[in-house]
Amino acid sequence: MFYKLNAESAAIIAFLLLTTSFHANAMDNASQARADTSHSPTTLGTTVLSETDTFKDFGGKEGLVRIMDDFMINLVNDPVTKPFFDNEKQSFIKAMLVEQMCEILNGGCKYTGRDMTTAHAGMKVNRAAFNALVEDFQLAMDKHNVPFSSQNKLLAKLAPMYRVIETTTGDAAPAAK
Amino acid sequence: MKSTFKNKAKFSTVFFCMTCALGISGNALADHAISNKLLLTGGVSQVEGAAGGGLTPWAVIGGYGTNNEIGANVHYTYAKTGDYKLDTYGVTVGFYDRFELSIAEQKFDVSNLRNKVSSGLGADVIGRDNITQTIIGAKVRVLGEAILDADTWVPQVAVGVQYKKNHDGDFVKSVVVGAEDDHGVDFYISATKLLLDKNVLLNSSLRFTKANQFGLLGFGGSRHDSYQPELELSAAYLISKNLAIGAEYRMKPDNLRSPANDALFGGANVVDLKEDDAFDVFVAYAPTKHVSLTAAYVNLGNIATVKAVGADYGRQEGVYLSAQFGF
Repeated sequence: MFYKLNAESAAIIAFLLLTTSFHANAMDNASQARADTSHSPTTLGTTVLSETDTFKDFGGKEGLVRIMDDFMINLVNDPVTKPFFDNEKQSFIKAMLVEQMCEILNGGCKYTGRDMTTAHAGMKVNRAAFNALVEDFQLAMDKHNVPFSSQNKLLAKLAPMYRVIETTTGDAAPAAK
Repeated sequence: MKSTFKNKAKFSTVFFCMTCALGISGNALADHAISNKLLLTGGVSQVEGAAGGGLTPWAVIGGYGTNNEIGANVHYTYAKTGDYKLDTYGVTVGFYDRFELSIAEQKFDVSNLRNKVSSGLGADVIGRDNITQTIIGAKVRVLGEAILDADTWVPQVAVGVQYKKNHDGDFVKSVVVGAEDDHGVDFYISATKLLLDKNVLLNSSLRFTKANQFGLLGFGGSRHDSYQPELELSAAYLISKNLAIGAEYRMKPDNLRSPANDALFGGANVVDLKEDDAFDVFVAYAPTKHVSLTAAYVNLGNIATVKAVGADYGRQEGVYLSAQFGF
């Protein structure tokens, strides 16, 4: 058992944690600034995984096609996401998602779609809708037996996109008329 | 003389998962109607009622409400160590993923110690089987997004307060325990981060407190009667969307020295109230967004030991079970 560290130790450790936190924040801002100036905004919306094992866990590109088919079914059956996806663009969206996920997973594809900001322009996506989509995606990955840890490697790439995809803290709406 | 006890245990859990979404079953889609945060991302209810692990508050806001919703849950926790027992129940409400209010009632069963002291001394010095306490908490998320900001090390940070009112002030302030007060306020800052690509959740909290055994033995004492910083750490590994394992460590003050030792026993440490740090190892399971269950091994160290009457209670370890139901 550890039993008690003294108060001084606690204060020092806490200070180090806070310092590290602020330092990380500063570095993050700095790296974002570099990204903004050194190259054009990536349409992919994130960086490519360095390994290819995760891509294999998704069943390669063929696996991604099957997952996106079920993902879209889930999205249309989900009352929260249905307004955004129950339209004639489903095939196009699925194809773009396969390309995007394939490139992110280092599967040798090239995403040819629009950047995330443009792709969601005009829609009002809130946190509830964003989270619902994540859950629908998880269900589809579960159905195709993608290991939990591999799911999370991809989700870790996708989750930060909430910053540009979410455009409202009010009610969700598929498109501004 | 003797005194007091311990309590608490707990631990934790929480988890979250970002991922975690969904539950197990196919009716996950139906859950959307009322709960829009990802599974377990609100944490569980820690022993004092805040969203967090079992022993420690986290920076997450309780309930499954997102930034334009209100979420709430109720919880019941049972902790049993070798010689003490603690029941806790309460309500936690999260507003817009920004503010959290909570209230918890704790009942700490000291009947074993009471009986040993009564028979050993021939006097019912403790005079009660339970010590009860009410805790009202508030928390505000200051910055960060613990779950979604997966591309940065910046954690979600929250600050909180816990007002604690011990309802057995006559006892905890008596010559047996020697606490200075029967109520107090804890202040804390918490940082929580989900390392999503590694399935790991980390939390660190710094608490400023005068509480003895979470407040169950009052606040302040003859050894210390000032606020002290205490560090609380949690780590969890996500096994699946709805299952996590982890551990917690919580430093606690050591304020008490029973005035009875000097008054009656010539300075001998007959009533040993030395307070130790607490830790736990837990598993948390969320079959749906409406339910989370936590089981843990918890070790609270010494709470109150009076060897002279056969209450050789040095190391209080045992089980912690908690259930939470959300809306």
